[in-house]
Amino acid sequence: MNEGRKEIFQVVFVLVGIVFLVKLFFIQLLDDRYAQLADSNSIMKEIEYPSRGLIFDRNSKLLVYNSPEYDLHIVTKEVTNFDSARFCEVFDITQQELKQRFVDLKKLKEYSPYRPTVFIKQLSNYDFAKIQERLDEFSGFYIQPRTTRAYSTSAMANVLGYVSEISKNQLDRDSLKLYRQGDYTGQSGIEARYEAVLRGQRGVRYKLRNVKGIEKGSFKNGDYDTLSVPGKNVMTTIDLELQQYGEYLMDGKVGSVVALEPATGEILSMVSGPSYDPSMLTGKKFSSNFMLISSDTTKPLFTRPLMAMYPPGSIFKIVQSLIGLEEGVLSYDTRLACDRSLVNCHGHPNPTNLHGAIQYSCNPYFHQTFRRIINQNKSPNTFTDSRIGLDNWREYVKRFGLGAPLGVDLPSEKGGQMPTSNLYNRIYGEGRWKFSTIYSLSIGQGEMLVTPLQMANMAAIMANKGYYYTPHLVKAIEDADIDERYRVRHETGIDSAYFSFVQDAMSDAIYGTAQRAIIPGIELCGKTGTAQNPHGHDHSVFMAFAPKDNPKIAIAVYVENAGWGGRSAASIASLMIEQYLNGEIKRKHLEAYVLKGDFLDPVVRATPTPAVQQVVPVDMEE
Amino acid sequence: MRRDDAISNKMDWVTVLIYAVMVLLGWINIFAAVYDETAQQNIFDLSLNSGRQLMFIAASGIIILAILIVDMRFYEAAAWLIYGVVIFLLILVPLIGKEVGGNKAWLGIGSFGVQPSEFAKFATALVVAKIVGSVGFKMDRFRNQAILFGIIFLPIALILLQKDFGTALVFTAFLLVFFREGMSPFLLIIGISMAVIAILTLIVDNQWYLHGGIVVLALIIVFFGKRTIKRILTIGVGAVIIIGTIESFDYVINNVLPVRHKKRLEALVNPDFDPMGINWNVTQSKIAIGSGGFSGKGFLKGTQTKFDFVPEQSTDFIFCTIGEEHGWLGSLIVVGLFVTLLLRIIFLAERQKSRFARVYGYSVASIFFFHFAVNIGMTIGLFPVIGIPLPFFSYGGSALWSFTILLFILLKLDAHRSQMLQRL
Repeated sequence: MNEGRKEIFQVVFVLVGIVFLVKLFFIQLLDDRYAQLADSNSIMKEIEYPSRGLIFDRNSKLLVYNSPEYDLHIVTKEVTNFDSARFCEVFDITQQELKQRFVDLKKLKEYSPYRPTVFIKQLSNYDFAKIQERLDEFSGFYIQPRTTRAYSTSAMANVLGYVSEISKNQLDRDSLKLYRQGDYTGQSGIEARYEAVLRGQRGVRYKLRNVKGIEKGSFKNGDYDTLSVPGKNVMTTIDLELQQYGEYLMDGKVGSVVALEPATGEILSMVSGPSYDPSMLTGKKFSSNFMLISSDTTKPLFTRPLMAMYPPGSIFKIVQSLIGLEEGVLSYDTRLACDRSLVNCHGHPNPTNLHGAIQYSCNPYFHQTFRRIINQNKSPNTFTDSRIGLDNWREYVKRFGLGAPLGVDLPSEKGGQMPTSNLYNRIYGEGRWKFSTIYSLSIGQGEMLVTPLQMANMAAIMANKGYYYTPHLVKAIEDADIDERYRVRHETGIDSAYFSFVQDAMSDAIYGTAQRAIIPGIELCGKTGTAQNPHGHDHSVFMAFAPKDNPKIAIAVYVENAGWGGRSAASIASLMIEQYLNGEIKRKHLEAYVLKGDFLDPVVRATPTPAVQQVVPVDMEE
Repeated sequence: MRRDDAISNKMDWVTVLIYAVMVLLGWINIFAAVYDETAQQNIFDLSLNSGRQLMFIAASGIIILAILIVDMRFYEAAAWLIYGVVIFLLILVPLIGKEVGGNKAWLGIGSFGVQPSEFAKFATALVVAKIVGSVGFKMDRFRNQAILFGIIFLPIALILLQKDFGTALVFTAFLLVFFREGMSPFLLIIGISMAVIAILTLIVDNQWYLHGGIVVLALIIVFFGKRTIKRILTIGVGAVIIIGTIESFDYVINNVLPVRHKKRLEALVNPDFDPMGINWNVTQSKIAIGSGGFSGKGFLKGTQTKFDFVPEQSTDFIFCTIGEEHGWLGSLIVVGLFVTLLLRIIFLAERQKSRFARVYGYSVASIFFFHFAVNIGMTIGLFPVIGIPLPFFSYGGSALWSFTILLFILLKLDAHRSQMLQRL
């Protein structure tokens, strides 16, 4: 009756055993997911954050350092007898915010009631001092110190840049997995450009932990652990005193000041106006301040020295002179009539030689000079001849560091624009343009744009009589060399004798067009310019270097909507040079004049926009 | 003296060896489960589960000696007495028992306590064996079946009063014994079908799909067979009963069952359901076992069990420690030991001359099998989490003694099987 039932038992027992072994085979051998899960369960990767490198000025004055701030962490499981009213009082938040924080907390991907999770971020030293002794009233809350950037100066925000939490986009692009969510990274300026140097190397410690997140010793005796390496300190080329003085002078003005050391290409000062206080973009107030700054219509985050592009104006006449001399179409004695039929000019001795033309910034002279450069009768066809001439000219211009980014060590540098024959071919069609189409270039107008940095570099070229080093902001890096390319001397290929000649003219030009720039006891070479602005008052431009023998500083100043270069820009440049070379300002009246910031003629000011946008570009120099 | 010689000669030493190996492995793994590297601990430390388990093992030795010394006729003779005592203790538990870990399952004096529910297993086995083994007992009589069901129902009911669902469920293992002794397989088949239908009801959201499937299935069966009225009617009634069952399951799940139990059921059919909550145990248990790989992380090197990711790691989830530290090989050895033991017990049961001894043997096999299948099945996610120990491996005095008594009474009976024959 019960035949075969014994066998059923035996079969079932063996079958169950086999089922178990097969299932075990699957989860233990075929599916490596469980091994990974086990690791993430029990191996805690503890990141040891290195301290970020410090930033100094060229005289070893500390600019940027790290200051402590505190995150409040919560371990929900340990929170007992929570007095929310008291909590709100101590931490200075509303009940509403508190509720929201709890809601946000539970939404976090990494949230665990057993592990510390950030509850309130970035409490300042001051906050911390306030809550420290009351913290023990709240079980389950812990303070985790970390560091934030702090600034010893309110100056040079655009140069230094800021540091903030890494964005989702940046995280996605971080293919080397150097960052994790919540990490901080340089977002602009030196902080961004030298991020790799400044951030240091994170250390990792693998710790075993139990289910409650409590440490249970190191993983494999710490064989996989790495020590953190602190970020390297960086010395900038900036002279803090000069920088601060520049920002003081530029206060309330829109524009740029760039000062270089001609012999090295080191940037002594780079003022972008208007700017902001870099300490606004640190700590708890970051988001609200960032909103404020980025929505400001004057664009404080816009680094004008690198990103603003203006027509160079009269300053470009110097370049034309040098190209003309090198091409042999001009000599020191070439006299050309001030023929105002094509371009306007201002009263000055007529006709004049090259020296005088530079000194008085004679428009017709350079109109004719440029014609000589462009049309050298290399081709019977005037169109072809113009193209050959322009291509040749473009080669020279390039060697002055124009028409392309110089390669400064800051992000988002613009290259300006120097027209090529391709550009005109696109605009007018091939063989359909000639000198008379492009003649505005002769006096630095037309399809020509430069950045203040390029202009300062031009000043350095003048000072060096024909060569430059790529402008840069970092002078030294702890235990490392700066980029090799900042040690490469770039030649213009133009005879240095021609530069000497131009220097003389520039030296005299001060007495003609920019008397405010004269500094007693210092021989200063400079050139004024006025950048045409179709949207409002012209921009005031001045480029200079000093002293004439063995120049120490080359400078370019742009002040937007401030009219003639000889007024505001020349004054600021001159004061900067005086400050840098003499270490003090004797011409207090000039300083007062600049600070007052009232550069326009009453008549001009009465008409907010220029009456006409002239068809013929006119350089309105004194 | 002569009798002692006889016992040692007639003992089934294979089973004893398997038993010894299992208890030893269990003890070592209990140590591994509670081991804390930072505190230099000793396996003999009485403050640890491993140290106490060694005490329990020693006590088991004394129990074994006692079992072997007592006359083999005692077990059959005293079956009812033992059963009565255990039932009495089970009644006492809710009244004067002490609560440990949420379950009021303990009777004790001072710090020493036992779980009467554990001893109910062998007591019930003895009584079931005695009844089935009595002269002229026929399994197909309804009255006999009713008595047997009553015998197993009484401890189930009393243990359920202690809210110890797992242990209560163990007594359903006697159904296997009844089946072996001639009960129609119908009951087993219905039970298994019900379970399958219940699971299907849980998996399939809309039960109308199930109903449709059953109707189609019924039509197919009707179509491919003799189309007699009687057969069609039988199939039709069967289909209606199944549909009714589904509906009532659905009703029970959605309206009667507490949400917690409903979630447990859902967790069973859907392993990814709520891994941090209701499925935490199974998820962590699978992670621990799964991370063991082929040969494991090594003795005392497991991280999941050691750092408390797996709950109850020295008792119900002891298999995790084996799986994690000794990998698939270790699991193979343990599963192999169990299957060998179960087959050996069947072999022993089948060679008994008396029906009492055979039925008792099958009871032991069925109880061990139930524990083995449910416990390991639960740790690897094949079964819902039902808290019952893995015989000889799990930490706990009462459980170890209960399993030891179960096994060694059988070995005692087996050693005297020829005497049994003489008696008849």
